Amino acid sequence: MSQMKIRIRGLKKAFGPKIVLDGVDLDIAQGTGMVVIGGSGTGKSVLIKSILGLVTPDAGVIEIDGEDVLKASRSRAKELRSQIGMLFQNGALFDSLPVWENVTFGLLAQKRLKRAAARDKAVEVLAQVGLDAAVAGLSPSELSGGMQKRVALARAIASEPAIILFDEPTTGLDPIMGAVIDELIVDCVKRLGSTSISITHDMASAQRIGDNAAMLYQGKVSWTGPATELLTTPDPVVHQFTHGLADGPIRMALRR
Amino acid sequence: MNKLLDLVALVGTVVLGSVAYIGELGLFALNGVSHVFRPPYYPRLVGKAFMEIGFYSLPMVALTALFTGMVLALQSYTGFSRFGAESAIASIVVLSVTRELGPVLAGLMVSGRAGAAMAAELGTMRVTDQIDALSTLSTDPMKYLVAPRLLAGTIALPLLVALADILGVCGGWLVATKKLGFSSGAYLSATFSTMQPQDVISGLIKAAVFGFIIALMGCFNGYRSKGGAQGVGTATTTAVVSASILILALDYILTQVLFVK
Repeated sequence: MSQMKIRIRGLKKAFGPKIVLDGVDLDIAQGTGMVVIGGSGTGKSVLIKSILGLVTPDAGVIEIDGEDVLKASRSRAKELRSQIGMLFQNGALFDSLPVWENVTFGLLAQKRLKRAAARDKAVEVLAQVGLDAAVAGLSPSELSGGMQKRVALARAIASEPAIILFDEPTTGLDPIMGAVIDELIVDCVKRLGSTSISITHDMASAQRIGDNAAMLYQGKVSWTGPATELLTTPDPVVHQFTHGLADGPIRMALRR
Repeated sequence: MNKLLDLVALVGTVVLGSVAYIGELGLFALNGVSHVFRPPYYPRLVGKAFMEIGFYSLPMVALTALFTGMVLALQSYTGFSRFGAESAIASIVVLSVTRELGPVLAGLMVSGRAGAAMAAELGTMRVTDQIDALSTLSTDPMKYLVAPRLLAGTIALPLLVALADILGVCGGWLVATKKLGFSSGAYLSATFSTMQPQDVISGLIKAAVFGFIIALMGCFNGYRSKGGAQGVGTATTTAVVSASILILALDYILTQVLFVK
């Protein structure tokens, strides 16, 4: 069995009376891609934000390389999380900065790169996601949605992170551009040997970018298995979700 | 009985909400100020915020000060001429402008322009995940977004007010000499003989405090905004309204501290 890069146990988070995560357990092996699926409001983004440290869980364990980031000192937790790259759902590019500064922002912040060399590095990374050097000097608002996603991907991989998190990477893109982004994600993750967690509602995308999949339902992981089995598993919750069926256990639970 | 309990509950909720808000604001301010003094520093961002708060507010503050000085001279003349005290106009204009109207009016104008812009910018960054993105890129948003604005606001407003003082006095001089028939030399002589260094300095101290408050309220409300475009709009309005009220309230407190023994 390969070593676990990320191990999550009993993760709980509530916002007031609303329990979002109610004891999530998840293992992600080194160098593999985990796709997390689930209905809207089931806590997928909260799970990712908990790993990033943007949300503080109420209870549970999040281990990276066997070390619990929730119990680690502030500086150690920051160090552990510095190996995480993140692609946000809407790109979250900094409007006030040109593309090249967006791409190399993390490297400059970590002082792993001199400002003078940053533009060349950005051009190099932009090429890896299929973007021309001319894009480097543009502002994010001058780019199409697909190009913005590519720039956001370039920013996520620029520091060659050991872990990359993708929050609905193909949302808002046409099917062809979605497939292109998926291809780039698979290519980048493989090339870097990174471990990835992706959130998606797109089953075709889930099967392209994930080795394994997990279904988040009622605050817990209700099913895990190979991503290739997403559409064939007999699990009633996953079956209803992946086939987009109106009737089934998810709707019955919503009615209660 | 139930209505009374509801009223008590409502009062309790409002009081607790206000205490929580003040506590959050206090912690936010302390955190922001602490980042001003701790590395890494972002001089480029301080310069950019300084331009935004100070330089781009110049025309608005300049016009406000000029017209305020002009109106002040006219209104003072209307009142003082009834008592044959027209010679006091120069003193009234310079003292009013340097001690009070310069810092307060500049503060209110900058709050409406730069404070609103700060809240809108940070609010948009919050609702589009840009602030979260900063955290994931090894950058503390408080240090990167808030500290430079707090520092720039505290530095920029006194400089704006110094200019407002000069233009306010010029406005008064313009009306007094061109419309009311005062001698230019006599007006200026009365102005400089009345004005004491502490009048100007106390106005500049007020301006520094107001600059800090404008930046603080802009950043605080923008930083914690939520709920998309409507949330950003609410944050912007709250930033301007709260900064304006705080400026007026602090103006009284600072006036007491600086002028009354």
